[in-house]
Amino acid sequence: MSSIKLKVEFLGGLDAIFNHVREHKISLPYSGEPPKMSDLIRHLADNVMTDKKDHHIFIEDGSVRPGILVLINDTDWELEGEDEYELEAGDVLTFTSTLHGG
Amino acid sequence: MSSRPKKVVAPCELCHARKPVMKRPKTLQKLCKECFYHVFETEIHHTITSTQLFHRGERIAIGASGGKDSTVLAHILKTLNERYDYGLELVLLSIDEGIKGYRDDSLATVQRNKIQYDMPLEIVSYKDLYTWSMDEIVSCAGIRNSCTYCGVLRRQALDRGAAKLEIRHVVTGHNADDMAETVLMNLLRGDTARLEKSCAILTQSSGSPIKRSKPFKYTYEKEIVLYAHYKKLDYFSTECTYAPEAFRGTARTLLKSLEAIRPSCIVDIIHSGEHFVLREKKKRTAQYKNVKKTDEQEINADGSVSLSNGKKEFKDGNRCENCGYLSSNRICKACVLLAGLEASRAKVTIENDTTADGAAKLGKELEQLSF
Repeated sequence: MSSIKLKVEFLGGLDAIFNHVREHKISLPYSGEPPKMSDLIRHLADNVMTDKKDHHIFIEDGSVRPGILVLINDTDWELEGEDEYELEAGDVLTFTSTLHGG
Repeated sequence: MSSRPKKVVAPCELCHARKPVMKRPKTLQKLCKECFYHVFETEIHHTITSTQLFHRGERIAIGASGGKDSTVLAHILKTLNERYDYGLELVLLSIDEGIKGYRDDSLATVQRNKIQYDMPLEIVSYKDLYTWSMDEIVSCAGIRNSCTYCGVLRRQALDRGAAKLEIRHVVTGHNADDMAETVLMNLLRGDTARLEKSCAILTQSSGSPIKRSKPFKYTYEKEIVLYAHYKKLDYFSTECTYAPEAFRGTARTLLKSLEAIRPSCIVDIIHSGEHFVLREKKKRTAQYKNVKKTDEQEINADGSVSLSNGKKEFKDGNRCENCGYLSSNRICKACVLLAGLEASRAKVTIENDTTADGAAKLGKELEQLSF
């Protein structure tokens, strides 16, 4: 089992459900195939989220809930293959909620 | 940064040179940062000029909450005002609802914006205007209706703040997603009267000196968030401590799910909203019949009854008899809400005095009586 080191940011108020911490250093364990974005999202929901009750705030239908903006190294994840993106060591993943007031 | 072979990425669809960083929801175009800034700013400029939103020399109050939308709005209006020489005088206007742990923090952001954008800042508070802070209102009226109170009071507070500054035009950061959400909600509630008006970029009732407009009417929330992020704008983002009403929240979720499948649906809904036209009359009279209920305070101190009730036609420019604010009814909605609060404030003392179980109910009944 190896692992990959990543930086994850929760912005737009999303940090509230991740221990009120905006920047997380994540070591994502994996075996075999290099991990994908979907593996990270599952890991965040299962192991990093403070309270399982908040699951629905982050996840819908197995992926990030619509209305949460995802950036991979500051690029819109829609340009990077979304869930299918293959993670690399040192990647910065940003999750920003747009679901509330401005 | 990596040893993995780089994927060949098609360049930005506008400049055909730089690496794209985002996909526009409205057009699905893949753009680089610079081109994104350019189209984002230029579209808003076009919205402003094609609707003749401002005139030279106009003083504009920007309703500033410290959140993403109003922060980007302040930044954009300052940028465009300088770039295209609109000749506007821009002022930040903030409302302090009195919500500990939320508004106090976001107001600190507005204070920084004031310096960053070099604009004067005026803050008006619920407490000063109405003698009630939102925290006090919620402790009295419960959390369930907090958005109703807050919405009604904020509307007035912005007008009063503008009047205090002698400004006749307030701009707010309402974006395309907000507009579409409002259309959806009015549709789902059958509120056809509001539906017709819900997409106007500029609203003004004839009796009011204060106009309101939404320069971000066609601007997607996603792009506002990205713009703020890439430009590293200083904005505040924490959920209001009083959760949004369930209906609005659900409408928002629905909209976001639709957007995920068909990103253009947000402008499409706005387009639909703009083209709703009510059949003439009909609803109007029926609707204003209901108003009577709030008019029950019509008995005067000497026991006489005012007879102005006969025909209740909505006239733009009617004023609340209590506070002088614009209102379609004799007493404006804010005053009605506040009167209800005063009654339950009294209820609290009754409860303390008597410790009777039925005190709350009694208070409710007292509230219904009118003197």
